[in-house]
Amino acid sequence: MSEPRHDLVESPEQAAQTGTLAARISLSQRAGGIAVPVATVVLAFLLGGLVVLATGHNPLDAYHDIFNGAGLNWFFHPTTSTQGAAGYNLSQTLLQTTTLILTGLAVAFAFRCGMFNIGGQGQYFVGLVVANWLGVNFAGMSLLPHAVLAIVGATLAGAVWAGIAGVLKATTGAHEVISTIMLNWIAYYMASWLFGAGGPLQTSDPTRSTVPISNDVANSAQLPVIWGTHGFQGLDIGFLIAIAALVVFWALINRTTLGYEVRAVGFNPDAAAYGGINVKKNLIRAMTISGAFAGLAGAVDMLGYLYHYGTLDVLVSQVGFIGIAVALLGRNTAVGTFLGALLFGGLLYGTTQGLSSDVIQPELATNLTWIIQGLVVLFIGADLLILYVWNSRRRLRPRRPGQAPAKATA
Amino acid sequence: MSDELVLEMRGIRKEFPGVVANDDVSIQLRRGEVHALLGENGAGKSTLMNILYGLYRPDAGEIRLNGKPVTFGSASDAIEAGIGMVHQHFMLIPVMTVAENVVLGTEPVKDGLLLDEAAAERRVADMAKTFNFAVQPGALVEEIGVGQQQRVEIMKALYRNADILILDEPTAVLTPQEASDLFEILRTLRREGISIIFISHKLKEVLEIADRITVLRRGKTIETVPREGATEESLARAMVGREVLLRVEKQPAQTGDVLLEVEDLHVTDDRGIEKVRGVSFQVRAGEIVGIAGVDGNGQTELIEALSGLRRAERGLIRVGGRELHHATTRDVLDAGLGHIPEDRQRRGLVLEFSLAENIALHDYATPPDSKWGWLFPGRLVERARRLIKEFDVRGGGPFTPAGALSGGNQQKLVAAREIDRDPKALIAAQPTRGLDVGAIEYLHRRLVSERDEGRAILLVSLELDEILSLSDRILVIYEGEIVGEHTGAVSEEQIGFEMVGVGRKVPA
Repeated sequence: MSEPRHDLVESPEQAAQTGTLAARISLSQRAGGIAVPVATVVLAFLLGGLVVLATGHNPLDAYHDIFNGAGLNWFFHPTTSTQGAAGYNLSQTLLQTTTLILTGLAVAFAFRCGMFNIGGQGQYFVGLVVANWLGVNFAGMSLLPHAVLAIVGATLAGAVWAGIAGVLKATTGAHEVISTIMLNWIAYYMASWLFGAGGPLQTSDPTRSTVPISNDVANSAQLPVIWGTHGFQGLDIGFLIAIAALVVFWALINRTTLGYEVRAVGFNPDAAAYGGINVKKNLIRAMTISGAFAGLAGAVDMLGYLYHYGTLDVLVSQVGFIGIAVALLGRNTAVGTFLGALLFGGLLYGTTQGLSSDVIQPELATNLTWIIQGLVVLFIGADLLILYVWNSRRRLRPRRPGQAPAKATA
Repeated sequence: MSDELVLEMRGIRKEFPGVVANDDVSIQLRRGEVHALLGENGAGKSTLMNILYGLYRPDAGEIRLNGKPVTFGSASDAIEAGIGMVHQHFMLIPVMTVAENVVLGTEPVKDGLLLDEAAAERRVADMAKTFNFAVQPGALVEEIGVGQQQRVEIMKALYRNADILILDEPTAVLTPQEASDLFEILRTLRREGISIIFISHKLKEVLEIADRITVLRRGKTIETVPREGATEESLARAMVGREVLLRVEKQPAQTGDVLLEVEDLHVTDDRGIEKVRGVSFQVRAGEIVGIAGVDGNGQTELIEALSGLRRAERGLIRVGGRELHHATTRDVLDAGLGHIPEDRQRRGLVLEFSLAENIALHDYATPPDSKWGWLFPGRLVERARRLIKEFDVRGGGPFTPAGALSGGNQQKLVAAREIDRDPKALIAAQPTRGLDVGAIEYLHRRLVSERDEGRAILLVSLELDEILSLSDRILVIYEGEIVGEHTGAVSEEQIGFEMVGVGRKVPA
């Protein structure tokens, strides 16, 4: 046996000496590394596959076609052309990914401060609405200022919307889960009314006065396309904005005093207060920043490729909620959120695209995404249970002297 | 106590990745004895007992129960064989009664289905009477004190017919009075023929209650000695492996300016009850002022008010001459007050943070740690390296999460952070709670040397020994008031009386 190591990997005895349950969980999560999220995804896909199997189809074929439908086969034949199906599909997957990165970050940031922001969906709606309003009006502006105005406006609106929940928590102790859910409904009905027939943001085209859809944002507010064709849902610079947001998230959390405070409050508010950190201020600030990410998601969707929005779109939109699964799967880190967003972006798009009914039942196709999303949230929720079982198994396994220590990291 | 062996563990070895927790450990337990298992944190006491209780399997060695070799695959095997364990953290269900908790899992049943509440309470009441336990079987567990909860744990084990009882640091959560009640109970159990393994690292109580003492150090059995002839010094030496100074050596205090001053301070707790009622005192540079008192007499609220964590209703606080009125924690820190909090895991450290991040807890927002809100992790790590070395923090480097350290090293980390800020005044609240001899010795010496550096030190402790050996001046707090002040020699009894309100000053 080598001499005792003093690094991050602690013996079960040392781990057991650690005080609080939360501390022990946190330590074992570090030890668990990416094993748990990977296992979660594998398990979710296995169970999703069983559902496919139950409908009399081969799950491997189904997953293969979803993979291709998401354009991920592009990586085997890379080309910059979007004429080919693979390239086009991939660009569409990345459009979805863009949104999910941002709604994922909206959940992840609040999590780092110990709060569960379920309100990403509402904050996203608020962002959409404000981006549409700013993008439709002020049409006389030139491209860059107009788009920037709409993006900044929508981002601030999302921030304010989430900030309400933060202020309520800091001042009255109202739980952010409850208040963000309520704010979701307010945003939902507000957006339905605004875009609906007779609503203030409904189209001004007199021939479509009964259609519950908004005007298109002006050309000057539409974001440039970087891959594909403008007007045919090419991939716009929103994707790069989302990537930049990931970098900003990482730097904020890990390299600024703001992130230090947010994390300290998230882990242990008592110790943070003792350290001189204003806990209430940080709760409000973290919620606000979270909402900014979701509002930005609304802006890049509206200005990047949607251009308009309708009451029916409000009805079916789920991207804010998928953001929860993305963040949980990504362990509230920047890289994890990117990977989670890519996974769900691929699923979202891949299940809608030209899947043959020989391969998967059409009704099941889109629902497969929700099934897998649901399973992921369920399993991550059961994360603690999995870790517990894992650790007790490890604790009981007899170990011979000299045997190489089994590392839990994958 | 007879010479009959009820339990023998021989040549036990247990290895974890990178650590040999038990190396050829042997212990013999006689019928009706209290056998203390003494050792520092990490010496292997808990591992050994977890092996006995069936939670770990040993890599080598054998366990003999009443002469017969046994192997336990799980805790239920051990319970079956008559071994009971009371953990440091109780495993009780707060909303159930004492009787329900005791019988849980082996409930008496009536009509083949229903819990026979009356029978359960009767049996528990009988047992309480036999062993002189003084608990109400019908009381809810959440409504009884910690000492009583511990008795419920012991009764749970006895109810399952345990004749070997393992107590894991049972006094760690108890007040001195509760501890002496516990010892009374242990003596009764011993008379009834129950054999007790008593895990501890407190020398005094081991000498008070144990018949024999086995000392572990770094996973090895050092010695088994009878209580007769053993002294605190000899046990400490066996535990630590070198001579340990149990008495703190210090020169008379050279006092200077008043650096911490409190005048007519009134503080209420969360429920609006006034816990500090007009406290005034001064602490000068170069002296240690100790505040003695029974837990819950306003110490916590006093410290919280001093450190800006709780707003005082009335009164004055001055640090280094600067008046702090409704000050925030930040203001207090900036005024030059260091604070080693009484609960290092809840307050003093963010256990999930690395050592480097924890060391920056007060200063992350100022240069050199950060500038314009931008953090420089490299500088945090650099400072952590220096302090880890200077304060001899073991068990991890700058990137290790603080939660992975032992209690003593966590406390050294907190002390390192507070002292390195070069505070004018330092509050040390329960600085050695739960620590082993080596760490206590270190922290005591450090406090004295910081005193000699000219800091004003306010020591708040529930351990009277600690107060007596460190303080240059002693204040006694009772029900939120200072009821006694002593300089120079004072007897433990005198302070003990004042701590419980006898000899209280009559307000003029």
